[in-house]
Amino acid sequence: MNSEITGVVLIFLLTVILAYPLGKYIARVFAGEKTITGFMNPLEKFIFRISGINPRKSMNWKQFLKAMLTINLLWLVYGMFLLIFQDKLPLNPDGNPGQTPDLAFNTAISFLVNCNLQHYSGESGLTYFTQLFVVTFLQFVSAATGIAVMMALFNGLKEKTSNNLGNFWNYFVKSITRILLPLSIIVAVILAFNGTPTSYEGKDSIVTLQGDSVQVSRGPAAGMIAIKQLGTNGGGWFGVNSAHPLENPNYLTNAVETISILVIPIALVFALGFYINKRKLANVIFAVMTFLFVIFCAITVYYETKGNPAIDQLGIAQTAGSMEGKEVRLGAAATAFWSVATTSTSNGSVNGMHDSLTPVSGGVVILDMMINALYGGVGVGLLNYFIFIIIAVFISGLMVGRTPEFMGHKVEAREVKIAALVTLLSAFLIKGFTALAAYMVAHHPDIAWQVKPGAWLNNPSYHGFSEMLYEFTSANANNGSGFEGLGDNNIFWNVTTGIVLILGRYLPIIAPVAIIGLLAKKKFIPESPGTLRTDSGTFGVMTLAVIIIITALSYLPALALGPLAEYFSLY
Amino acid sequence: MIILCAVLYPLLIAGIGKVAPGGGKGETVSVNGKVVGYEKIGQRFTNDNYFWGRPSAVDYNAAGSAGSNKGPSNPDYLQLVKDRIDSFLVHNPGIKKEEIPADLVTASGSGLDPHISPAAAYVQVKRIATVRGIAENKVRALVDRQVEKTVLGPSVVNVLKINIALDNLK
Amino acid sequence: MSTNKRSIQLFDPELIGTAVKQSFVKLNPALMIKNPVMFTVEIGTAVMLAVSIYQLATGDTSQGALWYNITIFSILLITVLFANFAEALAEARGKAQAQSLRKTREDTPAKKILLVGEITLNEIKLVPSSQLSKGDIFLCEAGDVIPMDGEIIEGLATIDESAITGESAPVIREAGGDKSSVTGGTKVLSDRIKVKVTTEPGESFLDKMIALVEGASRQKTPNEIALTILLAAFTLIFIIVCVTLKPFADYANTPVTIAAFISLFVCLIPTTIGGLLSAIGIAGMDRALRANVIAKSGKAVETAGDVDVLLLDKTGTITIGNRKATNFYPADGVDEIAFIQFSTLSSLADDTPEGKSIVELAAQKGVQGKKESGMTFIKFTAETRSSGVNTTDGLSIRKGAFDAIRDMAAKAGHTVPAETAERVKIISSNGGTPLVVAVNYEIKGVIELQDIIKPGIQERFERLRKMGVKTVMVTGDNPLTAKYIATVAGVDDFIAEAKPEDKMNYIRKEQQSGKLVAMMGDGTNDAPALAQADVGVSMNSGTQAAKEAGNMVDLDNDPTKLIEVVEIGKQLLITRGTLTTFSIANDVAKYFAIVPALFIASIPALQSLNIMGLKSPESAILSAVIFNAIIIPMLIPLALKGVAYKPIGASALLRRNLLIYGLGGVIIPFIGIKLIDLLLGLFM
Repeated sequence: MNSEITGVVLIFLLTVILAYPLGKYIARVFAGEKTITGFMNPLEKFIFRISGINPRKSMNWKQFLKAMLTINLLWLVYGMFLLIFQDKLPLNPDGNPGQTPDLAFNTAISFLVNCNLQHYSGESGLTYFTQLFVVTFLQFVSAATGIAVMMALFNGLKEKTSNNLGNFWNYFVKSITRILLPLSIIVAVILAFNGTPTSYEGKDSIVTLQGDSVQVSRGPAAGMIAIKQLGTNGGGWFGVNSAHPLENPNYLTNAVETISILVIPIALVFALGFYINKRKLANVIFAVMTFLFVIFCAITVYYETKGNPAIDQLGIAQTAGSMEGKEVRLGAAATAFWSVATTSTSNGSVNGMHDSLTPVSGGVVILDMMINALYGGVGVGLLNYFIFIIIAVFISGLMVGRTPEFMGHKVEAREVKIAALVTLLSAFLIKGFTALAAYMVAHHPDIAWQVKPGAWLNNPSYHGFSEMLYEFTSANANNGSGFEGLGDNNIFWNVTTGIVLILGRYLPIIAPVAIIGLLAKKKFIPESPGTLRTDSGTFGVMTLAVIIIITALSYLPALALGPLAEYFSLY
Repeated sequence: MIILCAVLYPLLIAGIGKVAPGGGKGETVSVNGKVVGYEKIGQRFTNDNYFWGRPSAVDYNAAGSAGSNKGPSNPDYLQLVKDRIDSFLVHNPGIKKEEIPADLVTASGSGLDPHISPAAAYVQVKRIATVRGIAENKVRALVDRQVEKTVLGPSVVNVLKINIALDNLK
Repeated sequence: MSTNKRSIQLFDPELIGTAVKQSFVKLNPALMIKNPVMFTVEIGTAVMLAVSIYQLATGDTSQGALWYNITIFSILLITVLFANFAEALAEARGKAQAQSLRKTREDTPAKKILLVGEITLNEIKLVPSSQLSKGDIFLCEAGDVIPMDGEIIEGLATIDESAITGESAPVIREAGGDKSSVTGGTKVLSDRIKVKVTTEPGESFLDKMIALVEGASRQKTPNEIALTILLAAFTLIFIIVCVTLKPFADYANTPVTIAAFISLFVCLIPTTIGGLLSAIGIAGMDRALRANVIAKSGKAVETAGDVDVLLLDKTGTITIGNRKATNFYPADGVDEIAFIQFSTLSSLADDTPEGKSIVELAAQKGVQGKKESGMTFIKFTAETRSSGVNTTDGLSIRKGAFDAIRDMAAKAGHTVPAETAERVKIISSNGGTPLVVAVNYEIKGVIELQDIIKPGIQERFERLRKMGVKTVMVTGDNPLTAKYIATVAGVDDFIAEAKPEDKMNYIRKEQQSGKLVAMMGDGTNDAPALAQADVGVSMNSGTQAAKEAGNMVDLDNDPTKLIEVVEIGKQLLITRGTLTTFSIANDVAKYFAIVPALFIASIPALQSLNIMGLKSPESAILSAVIFNAIIIPMLIPLALKGVAYKPIGASALLRRNLLIYGLGGVIIPFIGIKLIDLLLGLFM
């Protein structure tokens, strides 16, 4: 047991150690400096040329967002089309059927917005063609979109007074060629050598030792798994994601995959420091994020390794911790750590079933997604954190008697309005839709739908409530993991989560970019002794307080009815 | 971009995968030249003469995969666990309740967990020895040999491998 | 600057009476809607009223006991009234403050000079001041109270401005120049002046300020708007929390009464800051007014808190009045007494403070000079840059700037004595001004004039520096002198040999680099700079042009007032920030009081969340609502007085306020709610 906890600590330390130079590298890539991946240059030039892009054309925030949204819309149509007609397309050795329109809508959006909520099981719901041409492709581009948009933020912070937020296409292409693709290849190779399938062959039928006839799903999974982890996408090749023994064969691959979840999001925080040359600011942001992250990990690891008290009462030995929904080769500690890592970063891949987590852990991972800025999804995590910074800057600016300013730009009514809107939005989406679902379950459990609301929940009472809350929180956070007991492949869930996914993705992207666009346009105010330094520990504490208070105030009643009620009734 | 991400990249990985163990198709285990399973995919073992694996939500049919997704406070679930314990006690006379490790009565995340904990193997030794008529210490020694240790992770026993070894044990 | 005579008690009984009345008037929803937070509370109150009435009529008890609903209704109503009271009290105080200034000038008889076109008739008509309009001319003689604000167009008078400034020493105001403004309500002590009215009745700065305080024309400042938006967002979040709680509760099979919903909602939304927000803004204006500064807008006060650069005139701000003669240094071979005599003679007709101080210093040394008939006094001109006297015995004595006298001497073939040249340098580098005296173009020695730096000014600059405000001294002195004084006084920068356009350029330059600049000025040639500066404080004694250009008027004519204005501005923002933090931090405890209370009936497990150990669900909810209500009046004094500003650096200040108002805001309601619960336990 102790070695398992040591393992978790080592994985985290190793991640940070890797993330630091990676952050430096990313900053250099985007600053256009020479890096070891310079050999990609001709390829990039080729891509720019055939698509008629001038990577040096500067964009203001509106142009930037327009480019981003246009291409995303194109991808949505493309993805939905392929998913619906996947049965007619090649590379379908298992003869899987096309998706229903509502499921295709949900799936395409889900991958487009870097969420990867999966209301299907990979083995039967997709073909190899769509796994590659829709899923893997969108996993690359959605992550690259996140990084590109984040660069708008970086540029806005770097420039004193400017309209130029950089070129979306330039950042987008380089995110793939210089960051995502090279790292994915490394991770995929490690996975392949540890037993994850890579060939295009279909399901295998075998007779087991005991004489059962079973089938084994396979496919070119390793590459997709690599980008799913690195791009904080999270949608697995197989239904159970990285709990699947082929998707995550052993403890080593588990460590590699865990590191892959965290490494880019953390590296981007450092990249911020290197890129805008404010290392201390990045360090403070990193410290605040890590502080909460470590607390969350500690709580989850504690409760998961301690086991389920209800099982304890049955009188058996629970020395390995709560094992329901977990894999023996990974163990409770590593699974607990993964659960926090994946919810912190909006990744959403799982290596154990979150539905079966003990109540406190379940609550922590939900809370983690409600914050959605502890490292966060690639690129967008920092954008979310930026919103918290704006609110913290505003309140603390007032507290020191100065019109609030961040990085030399005054934060005024318009910026506060946008930031407030985003905060409001997540509260609205999560609670509003959970309320709608709860209402259906409470008042119309037997309504004549394809799947009756009364049959949605796999667990009764508080835990059932947590299942619904988790689903919408995950959708809003673009996380994609689920309390998978929820019967979610039907019109109600496909459509509602689809809506939440879109709003939960694009508004929190548009808003910070708009804010930074507005801020960057403003006159630059040089720092004076009266300026509140945003790279100080005090300000870090302030941001932390804002994060905790806002999240707690918005969600405490919901958490009280779900995980907390379950906790108090179990313990 | 599509070509790069959806064609070139997976082909590259597939190419590299060819040289990996199992040739990128998954590593299989054969007995007498006949494939009896995948090393990484768990199988259903319910007969008393084999080491049992963990309960599975998909009955170890690896066409799909799933966990039970039961919440820790779900009364139906707790009843299910209780039934599993009782059933285990019936099949393994002489074993005390508190000796049963939790992984033997709780479903895995994937439903395809190929492993059990060493404790879960040892607790079945007595039954196997009785059913197969082999000395208990020989079976125990087999388990000793089959425990796979990792540096930091938990020690595990591959159920398929140990059962194949068990069949070869005379 | 004794303003104590007008300072008004925080809870003056008369004001409280007005405020109480106003709190009810303000219940009018049309007025309430300006404050979204309190408006939603009012709606909640109305709903509770409806629930209570419905219950009275039908006897339906599904919504809880009647007394309980009525109690909740009453507490909510009181909450709204408390908030209104805070605003009304602030308004009343501000108004009283302004009225006491205005009272003095109402219905003063005015000696209006009749005009026919542009021609002034020598006819005077007595009219009440309220009938004077802009452009009218009136006459004031010794003993008259000036009826209206205006500008002297003819004459000079000593005026007692104590009614406005509290300063008893009379001041001189005269036509032309920078001290031509007179204020209504002040009294002419001697001489007679003709004054042109510069404002329409009801449009003086004071009138404008009263309007600002009264709310009619009160515009929210940018920061206030931003904060209102943030608070509105919080309110919306809590609307979502409360509305979604209904289906949540349904799912959990828990009936929740309307009273409980509304209580939870009212407790969660930031009523504390919402109720005090406008009071804080008004109180800021009021504090400015009490410092005898009339702000033309709330924004000006707020901006003052952000100022980065402060432009201060040397004379009167950093140094006391004018330079004074401190030493006589005769050249070698010149008798000291004789030199002092020459100096005195040359200054006899010199009316400048410097000239007078030379005569005074000479008198101290026992040398008296007397004007004699036949003496020809030479006035200072810009060309000669010297002044002096031609005596009857044929001596031509001149004193002036070193280079002027040196040129004069050189022309006559005399050289500068080495020791005098040396002395001039020493004096200059010590911040003094050397005045060289020549007799018949032969240099006889040098008089040292020194600036006297105001006591305590260094500390004030130090304080400003800690606030992050850069101070800049503006002076007509040469760079050497300016540098010396700047160093001694502790200002950060200086503009030497400043011409009016230099100020303007300096302001522009600082603004271009993104800084906010404040300056004080009085003269007409200051007007462009005052308008350019982000905060321009003009002195009340200054010209009308200057007063129009700035965005504040200082009634005291006190050049150091800027420092106070900056602090008032900061205090305003800090008070808002800290009370917002406090208000939001309070919610944590309220959650712990109400959430378990809501669900405890159906989910007993949530009893563990009742960490305060409140007695019953009803008393828990009541305690929270009561705490929420009474915290408003308890914070009124703080809102009106403002949270103290401490120049300890931004991070340290944030730490301090976060600790007091953030952490305090989390802890205090736990204690408060528990205490109220204990008290309620005695009755329930």
